[in-house]
Amino acid sequence: MKREFIKGNEAISKAALLAGCSFYFGYPITPSSEIVHACAQLFPLVGAGFLQAESEVASINMCYGAAAAGRRVMTASSSPGISLKQEGVSYMASAELPVVIIDIMRAGPGLGNIWPEQSDYNQVVKGGGHGSYKCPVLAPNCPQEMCDHTILAFELADKYRTPVYVLADAYIGQVMEPVEFPSEVLPVAKKEWAIYGDKESKHNLVTSIQMNTIEMEKVNVVLQKKYKEIEEKEVRFSEYMTDDAEMIIVAYGISSRLARSVVNDLRSKGIKIGLFRPITLFPFPKKQILKHADHAKLFVALELSNGQMVDDVRLAVNGKRPVEYYGRMGGAVPTHDELIEQISGFYKKYIG
Amino acid sequence: MSTTEETKTKSDTISKPAGFVEDFVRKPGKFPKVTHYCPGCGHGRVHKLIAEAMADLEIGDKTILISPVGCTVFAYYYFDCGNLQAAHGRAPAVATGVGRSNPGSITISYQGDGDLGAIGTAEIIHAANRGEDMTVIFVNNGIYGMTGGQMAPTTLEGQVTSTSPYGRDIRDAGHPMRMAEIIATLEAPVFVERVAVSDSKNIMKARKAIRKALQSQKDGHGFSFVEILSACPIGWKMKPTDAVKRVNDEMAKYFPIQNFKDKIAEHQPYPPRVTTPDNKKIIEVLGVNKDVRLFKKDQKFLDNFKDQNIKIAGFGGQGVLLAGTTIGYLGMETGLNVTWLPSYGPEMRGGTANCNVVLSNKEIGSPMVEHPSALIAMNGPSLEEFGPTVKKDGLIIINSSVVKEEYTKRNDVKKIYIPMNEIAESLGVMAAANMAAVTAFIAATKAFELNHLLELIKHNFKKKHLIEQNIAVINKSYQYVNDTYFK
Repeated sequence: MKREFIKGNEAISKAALLAGCSFYFGYPITPSSEIVHACAQLFPLVGAGFLQAESEVASINMCYGAAAAGRRVMTASSSPGISLKQEGVSYMASAELPVVIIDIMRAGPGLGNIWPEQSDYNQVVKGGGHGSYKCPVLAPNCPQEMCDHTILAFELADKYRTPVYVLADAYIGQVMEPVEFPSEVLPVAKKEWAIYGDKESKHNLVTSIQMNTIEMEKVNVVLQKKYKEIEEKEVRFSEYMTDDAEMIIVAYGISSRLARSVVNDLRSKGIKIGLFRPITLFPFPKKQILKHADHAKLFVALELSNGQMVDDVRLAVNGKRPVEYYGRMGGAVPTHDELIEQISGFYKKYIG
Repeated sequence: MSTTEETKTKSDTISKPAGFVEDFVRKPGKFPKVTHYCPGCGHGRVHKLIAEAMADLEIGDKTILISPVGCTVFAYYYFDCGNLQAAHGRAPAVATGVGRSNPGSITISYQGDGDLGAIGTAEIIHAANRGEDMTVIFVNNGIYGMTGGQMAPTTLEGQVTSTSPYGRDIRDAGHPMRMAEIIATLEAPVFVERVAVSDSKNIMKARKAIRKALQSQKDGHGFSFVEILSACPIGWKMKPTDAVKRVNDEMAKYFPIQNFKDKIAEHQPYPPRVTTPDNKKIIEVLGVNKDVRLFKKDQKFLDNFKDQNIKIAGFGGQGVLLAGTTIGYLGMETGLNVTWLPSYGPEMRGGTANCNVVLSNKEIGSPMVEHPSALIAMNGPSLEEFGPTVKKDGLIIINSSVVKEEYTKRNDVKKIYIPMNEIAESLGVMAAANMAAVTAFIAATKAFELNHLLELIKHNFKKKHLIEQNIAVINKSYQYVNDTYFK
């Protein structure tokens, strides 16, 4: 099988077409712009719709319209742009509209800079907009997964009628690696609830308003039931040398790549350390992490933020073992030597 | 019988046009035959005009109506068509998405003044400017009706509302916005008119304008805009009869009732949009079914491969990034794991560029190269910056066309000096200095075979007319490094 040497961001645009996506609406922002560039180039060539919207707010609402029309639709941005999209995501979650949203995280708060951070965790994993909703979140750590997770995101979005995020960072978006693409386009089924502008579908209604409190509560109950099902069925994660680990680093995205190098290095020095990588951030692999609390004496969350995912690790470990956090902010990425020192420090403090 | 009751009886219960559903079953409560609008409100009348037009133009089945935020948030109780409810101000964006997804459908964006003239200004301007296939029905009553009678962008000067309790002060709140006039300045809209539902003569004009707009969309002319002056007796705190009278007496003085643009007759209809991709074409364009790997798998080579952590740095324009991807491709095609991480964004435009390449026969962790096993320095600043980071016993390749002095700061590494610019220039391709760099790396490390590089260039190079010259640069560079350092 042919592999293509390709940037993570570009892999997303190609994967979207292979997943049956027929519309892209977006607004450019570094470091996600290769996605909008590739879509601008590819979508018109194959007869799919592409539009550079006037704003992030408009682009997510265009997605709302296309999703209501039964289309597989995607938008992509980076942190400040995701903040702007949150209104539309809340409406889509409530109206149960599928959409794939790509977030190539950069440093914040505010304009921040274009270097990698993972500080959108809270706004993406915990809902982000108003109301009691959540979106499934996939966290790729290489271009191959940028492809695979984009395709999976479309499948999950349709299956559960929900917005789904692919949450990556500037480095995973910019890095080039070999990628194997699927060789067929996924079929997109007709959706019985969608509005196709014809006689058969004209009685369909897409809305997120229910003035009657009991009716609106019912909408919420349906959503919560859906999230519970997603928590039961859609947890994804990967592990590296965790079986006998006394200490486990929990990390996703670029941090998990840094952590893997740290694990290799410290293992060669005889330290029993492993890496647990959540692939779905919602649903978070709580049970799978807790399982390791039997043998691991210490967990360390490594993330490029002030410590956001660490809250979920603590909830998962539930006080059974200490959970430490290490991270950098502002686009600064810890060096390997720095991590070895920090992680070894935690090891000495808790294990000896 | 008062005027309002008469209006209600006629418009909402007796002569219901076919564009409405039979009973308003989506409407909660005990009265599925009447609308939720207040006596004297213009929305009921506007709804009726739209419903009649939908029936008469036979477009009901293919119409999609976007309900906004405001009193008409529940427009979907009434219209017998596809219904979509949008966030405040976003109806034109939603209409763009649903309309483009359903080419040939009739999309109606029904909006109020706060929705269209305040929170959704960007969306309406840009949808109009794109000439989206939609008809905008803009009901202007100069107040936020549903939310509690607050000031709208179209509230008249001096008008008292709950957020302009001392009357609208134009120094503070600006002037009432004439949206039809603004929209008419744009190129794409074919039909822009302001009407009113204030008396039978104006209602007839409104009826005509709505029909014309919808017919125009049906005929493929894209974007039309009908602004409708309308009363809000509750919001204005007036008797319905007085409120309706105020539309003519006060509103129409500031918002002239007239046509601002009608170029339907001279406009060439747009061809229908194609937005359904062709799967065969996708496979063809993406090239995902293309041939297998360029080089045969050599297990011995893979097993014996020693990890390479390469940093390539230089001025922007020296082809630094391409040198990196070339090594990356070589790695991939020989079956290795490879990562390539560039400098990007404004950093690139600052005049310097660098990239990190990691080659390994194992899964690669960090793609960042902090301690290169090999540094390719295309210019002086790169050498100064990254020279000290190179691993002990590592390799530094220096472009001696640019760096004229010997690099004496490191004596624990192997140093290769090669005049990359001169070699490239001597063969007529200045831009191929980066190929000299890649070749020097291969000649010095023997990480790859020279033949593989040559084959790769022949296979991958987009500018076919430059292949021969690049190959010449590669051969000359290889010979230079061999002759100078390995004889």
